[in-house]
Amino acid sequence: MILYWISGFILLIIKLGAALLALLLCAAYLVLAERKLLARMQIRYGPNRAGPFGLLQPIADLIKMMAKEDVIPEGADRIIFRYAPAVAASCAMLIFAVVPFGNSLTLWGSPIPLVVTDLNVGLLAALGLSSLGVYGVALGGWASHSKYSLLGAVRGVAQMISYELPLGLSLVPIVMLSHSFSLVDIVAAQRSWPFIFIQPVSFAIFFVSAMAEIKRIPFDLPEAENELIAGYHTEYSGLRFGLFFLGEYVTLVTLGSLTAVFFLGGWHGPFLPGVIWLLVKIAAIAFVMIWIRGTLPRFRSDQLMDMGWKFLTPVALINIIVTGAVLLMISA
Amino acid sequence: MTLFNILLYLAAAVVVVATGFAITRQNIVHAACYLIVSFMGTAVLFYLLGAPLLAALEVIIYAGGIMVLFLFVIMMIQYPPPSTRKAFSAKTWCPAMILVGICGLLAGILVFADPANRLRPVAVTATPQAFGDILFQGYWFPVEITSLLLLAALIGAMYLGRHNKRDNGK
Repeated sequence: MILYWISGFILLIIKLGAALLALLLCAAYLVLAERKLLARMQIRYGPNRAGPFGLLQPIADLIKMMAKEDVIPEGADRIIFRYAPAVAASCAMLIFAVVPFGNSLTLWGSPIPLVVTDLNVGLLAALGLSSLGVYGVALGGWASHSKYSLLGAVRGVAQMISYELPLGLSLVPIVMLSHSFSLVDIVAAQRSWPFIFIQPVSFAIFFVSAMAEIKRIPFDLPEAENELIAGYHTEYSGLRFGLFFLGEYVTLVTLGSLTAVFFLGGWHGPFLPGVIWLLVKIAAIAFVMIWIRGTLPRFRSDQLMDMGWKFLTPVALINIIVTGAVLLMISA
Repeated sequence: MTLFNILLYLAAAVVVVATGFAITRQNIVHAACYLIVSFMGTAVLFYLLGAPLLAALEVIIYAGGIMVLFLFVIMMIQYPPPSTRKAFSAKTWCPAMILVGICGLLAGILVFADPANRLRPVAVTATPQAFGDILFQGYWFPVEITSLLLLAALIGAMYLGRHNKRDNGK
């Protein structure tokens, strides 16, 4: 009995470590991929000095950030200022715990599910964690004791709570189709057809809202550099800034993996193993997001709010009603 | 004492301590942060008592939604600095004491109803499906009434917002 517990515990630690390492590596190399791709879109080369093709650039960046001075501005709320970046980064990383990255593996005769934890409310857990991520922005900006930070934080909070609503509502049809909140069941329900073909409207709403949640161009008002310097993280430096930066890219990876799980069939795909398919799908979503960043200008504040409240939310609600009606018609 | 009991009492202790800090802190943002911790602890309690759906809703709605709005309002308004506020007057103590009295009474009733301590917290689970079935089959009428109430509040808030705009001459 004890042996069984210990082996389960060790397995959990190994799974956690592997998932975390993969997530951090993905995020680090996503930064490089983004810089390279943006550079190509703007007809320049991008980072190419550290290692072959600039492949060691993320490591060089990490060393630079660790070596920098950690400045806490005068008048700042020191405790909240210190912990806000950790909230932003950890909430982003914890979401990945419910994402399944493959079919269950059989080792020494016992099946090992390739997911850190299969919660029966996994979808809600992911939404809850993404809504807790707002605190990193809000508290970090407030605690900095600077106009730019506070303005950025206020904008960030307004934007994130406005787009959380369509983000959640766009997933209701997915739950109706798969009869479950568990991400493992949602992936299993897409064995024959990914939900993007059945719910294209939901996919569009989710994708746009997810982009607003990550605060990327064209939704980067909280850190608009020509008005607010860097918005909520203006006063941060060194590794604390690094945590905000890491949180942003980890959220990009986790939201990409959630898009893959909810709409693109998760790890399902022909020929290749499941983990590879999930990676390919995440990379494809990240590429589209980088492409959009390289193409579109920033929204105006009122356009941003109008799109969230007057367009995406009503469309999501209508989509739920239509899906419910069609499901009732099919079952009748 | 099982692992389950240890976790349960640990979460309960976190809730009590965090709530205590939330009502005694002078800095309003610190108080809000402690309240968030308290909500998270409540979510853990719900999860341990076998209601994962309630735990998730507690995090999404209370910790992630309502408290964010509180913080938003705190950031928008200029609150008086701690030194100028009178923190512990009779006005603040009296309601707190009444509440403590009620809680003490309820705890006493609970303890005396089961003096042999036979009722122990045990691990049970209610799946989201079971929860939804009970809520929308047995209690559909209260749910509808509540949603009507929220709709009325929403329309009222919208009316107030519109009214202000006209006064400004826009």
